[in-house]
Amino acid sequence: MQIFRNSKVIVMLMIAALLFAFGTSNVFAAKAAPKQKNIIMATTTSTQDSGLLDVLLPIFEKKTGYFVKTISVGSGQAMKMGERGEADVLLVHSPDAEKKFIADGYGVNRQLVMHNDFIILGPAADPAKIKGVKSSAEAMKMIAQAGSLFLSRGDNSGTNSQEKKLWKTAGINPEGQKWYQQTGLGMGQTLNVTSEKQGYTLADRGTYLAMKKTLSLNILVEGDAALLNIYHVIEVNVAKWPKVNVAGAKAFANFMVSKETQEIIKTFGVSKFGSPLFFPDAGKRVEDLGK
Amino acid sequence: MDLIVQGVIKAFELIISFDPEVMGITWLSLKISGTATFISLFIGVSIGTVVALTNFYGKRVVISLINTGMGLPPVVVGLFVTMMIWRSGPFGFLEILYTPYAMIIAQAIIATPIVMGISLAAIQNLPPNLRLQILSLGASRLQMVWVLIKEARLPLLAAVMAGFGGVISEIGASIMVGGNIKGYSRVLTTATVMETGKGNFDIAIALGIILLLVAFAINALLTQIQQRQHPR
Repeated sequence: MQIFRNSKVIVMLMIAALLFAFGTSNVFAAKAAPKQKNIIMATTTSTQDSGLLDVLLPIFEKKTGYFVKTISVGSGQAMKMGERGEADVLLVHSPDAEKKFIADGYGVNRQLVMHNDFIILGPAADPAKIKGVKSSAEAMKMIAQAGSLFLSRGDNSGTNSQEKKLWKTAGINPEGQKWYQQTGLGMGQTLNVTSEKQGYTLADRGTYLAMKKTLSLNILVEGDAALLNIYHVIEVNVAKWPKVNVAGAKAFANFMVSKETQEIIKTFGVSKFGSPLFFPDAGKRVEDLGK
Repeated sequence: MDLIVQGVIKAFELIISFDPEVMGITWLSLKISGTATFISLFIGVSIGTVVALTNFYGKRVVISLINTGMGLPPVVVGLFVTMMIWRSGPFGFLEILYTPYAMIIAQAIIATPIVMGISLAAIQNLPPNLRLQILSLGASRLQMVWVLIKEARLPLLAAVMAGFGGVISEIGASIMVGGNIKGYSRVLTTATVMETGKGNFDIAIALGIILLLVAFAINALLTQIQQRQHPR
């Protein structure tokens, strides 16, 4: 009797598990069915952490029927994915690396989407006394000279590239210095670490504004022309990778520079943060930005 | 301290209000990890039983390998699965990278050695004379295995719990092969990391609490079955 009861329970459990598995696969199948409806968009952590994509993507998906798979990594990794043909379209902010990406034939149709700016953040105490310094490179130099803790993304992201560029302009090699630490994390996480350790860091304004309430960091340097943070959309070159969803990539790129989207970008964040997080730039020239 | 209190309050708000996004994420976590555990159960218990009941050259090496597999680092599994199913990888034609399927595969790979190792030990731990006794009562080999598995159900259910607990709380592989895509492959762990990154600590804590509650509920259910069916 005992054995009989046991096996009944086990059989019932197995049936339940089977039903569970089948039900599951059906649900997934319904979603994954239309082929080439999927667009893999590799982008930066800042577009995701700021919440902009959560607003834009549903509109795009509703309008076109595509399904966008957002993989939010640093700009460096996003372009690596593009180089391997593992992404269809990129939304990135690392202009120098992007130019090389295009020159090497991995991407086509690089279009200007929007910009905001980088800011140098630090603790209220400001041990390196950089508050109000006009030149960003000068401020970086002062941080180095004071030996104050600086947190770097260290992940080849757009922000990280910008930071390296500033060190170069300042004529300083921070690698291996005791006051220079690399988090290897996204912008949001790096801001958390910086706030906790009360160090300095370079961040994009969008992510900072979105997270301001939980951070104890102040904007110390801003407004330098060298601190512009420019976002481009790039379609991955189908000639190099035939599996790329070329129609989907084009549709997404066109959507990003469309009038309607640019209008949304313009007002995004205004009601919540009191100022826009990004400035729409479609159709403009990079040289004219920030003027 | 405020933050933790806020997180707890937020967690109850999200649960009581049946927040559709959080419910969706929780349900997806359950589906993916449940399916993965189920797959690992089939592979793990069958191979574990076969290894336990047969004698062959190099058996100890195989057992060592299985036991090492119990500690397989999820990120390594994630990296390996990612490279396999890249568009340019050997299984690229399946086009399953950044889908829940990929997450199920990765999680099943993580859970299988855990289930295998525990079921192997469980079957080996049965009194050796039991096999002879069952066979002498006229049972076929298959019937014998079935009776042995039932005899070992207590540790076998522990294997299910260990496997499920391992994968539902796993993050490294899930975020790599799933991509944390909203409403599609975002599960409790990946959502927690993302919300932490965004600085929404209260939501992150809330998701963490929900994850714990889900794990507790599943384990309580399995423990209930396990203990009730144990006559001793």
